[in-house]
Parts: sequence; C-alpha cells; structure tokens
Amino acid sequence: MNQSADLVMEKHFDPVGARVGMWLFLFTELLLFGGLFLLYAIYLNKYPDEFHYASSQLDQFVGALNTIILLTSSLTMVLSVGALQRKARNLSILFLVITFLLGTAFLVNKYFEWGAKIHHGIYPNSPELLQHPQGEVIFYGLYYTMTGLHGLHVIVGMVIMLFLLVFIGRKRSTVMTMAHTNLERFLGKSITLSGPKNQKIWQSEPISEDIQEVKLVFKGIVTEEKINSNIVKLENSGLYWHLVDIIWIFLFPLFYLIAM
Amino acid sequence: MDKKHEEHQLIGYGTYIMVWLALLILTGLTITVAGLNLKNFAIVAAICIAGFKSMLVLNYFMHLKFESALFKNMVYITLFTLVIIIGLTFTDISFR
Repeated sequence: MNQSADLVMEKHFDPVGARVGMWLFLFTELLLFGGLFLLYAIYLNKYPDEFHYASSQLDQFVGALNTIILLTSSLTMVLSVGALQRKARNLSILFLVITFLLGTAFLVNKYFEWGAKIHHGIYPNSPELLQHPQGEVIFYGLYYTMTGLHGLHVIVGMVIMLFLLVFIGRKRSTVMTMAHTNLERFLGKSITLSGPKNQKIWQSEPISEDIQEVKLVFKGIVTEEKINSNIVKLENSGLYWHLVDIIWIFLFPLFYLIAM
Repeated sequence: MDKKHEEHQLIGYGTYIMVWLALLILTGLTITVAGLNLKNFAIVAAICIAGFKSMLVLNYFMHLKFESALFKNMVYITLFTLVIIIGLTFTDISFR
C-alpha cells in the first residue's frame, strides 16, 4: 500500500511586484538627491569662483580612487546576483563578501578624507570655515551633506549585505512531524526512506504503541524556493547598491573635478 | 511561477565585465576632460559623461534594458519629473 500525502507549500512569490516596489523606493531616493543636486547647481551658478576654488582644495586622487572602488563594487554585486541565478551559492557569497569589503574600503577612504579636512578646521560652522567667503561655506556645507548622506547610504547597503550573507549562507533544517493521532494507522509498520530508484536508504523500527510522535528532520537543506526568494532579495539589494553608485558617479565630477 | 523565472534571462559575466571596463574608461575620460580647462563647457561635459555612465549602470547592472515597458516608463516619468523640477527652478533664478 502506498500512502502518500502531498505537502503543498504555497507561498506568496511575486518577484516582479517586489522589483516594482524596489524601483518605486529608488525613485524617492533619486528625488531626495535630486533636490540636493538642484541646490548645488543653483549655488554653483551663484558662486562659480568660490566653488572652483573650494573644489580645488579637495583631494582629487581619493575621489578618483573611491570612484573606481565603487564602480568595481557594483560589478561584484551584479556578479553575485548572476552567480545566485545560476544556483552557484558559494560563488555568490564570495562576490558579496568582496562587495562588502569594497564598501568598507570606500568608507575608510572617506574617513581619512573627511578627517584631513576636519583637521584643517574645515567642517560645517567651524570658526575657520566661517572666515572664508560665503560661496566656500556653502560649497563645504553641500560637500559634507551630500557625501555624508551618500556615505550613510553606503553603510545601509553594507548592513543589507550582512543580512543577505545570512539569508544566502543559512542552511535550514526542515522538520516534518507526525502526531499521535495519525500514528495509530501506522502501528506495527515502519518508516522507510527510499532513493530515486526506490532503493531503500533507511528503515525505522516498527512503530509501537508507546511512540507518541515521529519527527523527520532534514538538515542543511537549501531548497529551490529558498534560492529563488533569495535571488529576489539579492537583486533588489543590488538595485539599491547600483543607485548609490549612480549618485556617486554624479557627486565625483561635481565636487572633485570642477576646479581642475 | 517557474515560467517567470525562465523569462528572466541570464546575462553573461563577460557582459558585466565589459560594462565595468567601459565605466572605468569613462571615469578616466571625465578626469581628462576636467583637466582640459574648458571653463563652462567642463561642467556640461562632466554631466554628459556621468549621464552616459548612469545609463550603462541602469541598463546593464540594474537590468533595465531587459525589463518590461512598465519599468522603463516608470524610470522615464521619474527622470522627466526631475528635469521639470530642475528646469523650472533654473528658469526662475535666471530671470530674477
């Protein structure tokens, strides 16, 4: 006799809907930074000479280095997505770790860059800066606000990556339980695990009356559904990371290069 | 459910690496152009190159090129809104 019960696990799974939601969120980010870029454009228009002078005081080399770091991190992020789409979990995790490290490198550079400026007394509302012309004060105000907000986004992106590493790296155990009431039907029978060609892998003792519960634990399973739902999470986090990259693509020439 | 996933076509690793190389070259170009001392044209050139780089990131890294019209239209509407906001503000400040 072959008694089988199909375990139907119906979960809500809508990758397109999830992507639409992510894009909508990204648009709000775009408008947030868009407003700041507008502010920058207006003040550049008003104080072109001061902006050029203040910009020449920034470290172009660090700016360029951070651009390369962030562009490369976007590449490793998209490679991580591509690897998971090909079900290569370990490769995906490796690329994600590299992306995280590149994000760290970006922030370390930013730390030293800001540190040097602050060391020279150039920070918002500092006595030193307030003696500079109005245009320079505004330039540095925008510089700290925009690169700071961008840096905050990098940190958020990295925290999301940590979560993803757990989600993708985690191997779950699946437990199937048969309770007492169902077991009566199987009294005296035993549970058999068989392989794809019906070969017996394992057989339990016959089920006796004092058995209250049968638990089957499948350890270290990464199901297809799990991978698919992780792909959606990783793709959407990737979208976020690329947007942060795009914002830097604009920040870099506007702050570091206009004076060259 | 499964069908949707098959529709989501895979893009080769090579394509991503080519896009990355293009982005690096364009970064180099931005720096070169900025060094030419083009005055007012410099900022225009920088924004044009940055815009082109963004298109590469949007289309390939963010897969916009392979998405349905819904996604593309959403992006167009957002960019259009941004252009209106920036454009209108500039017409204001230039005619004060």
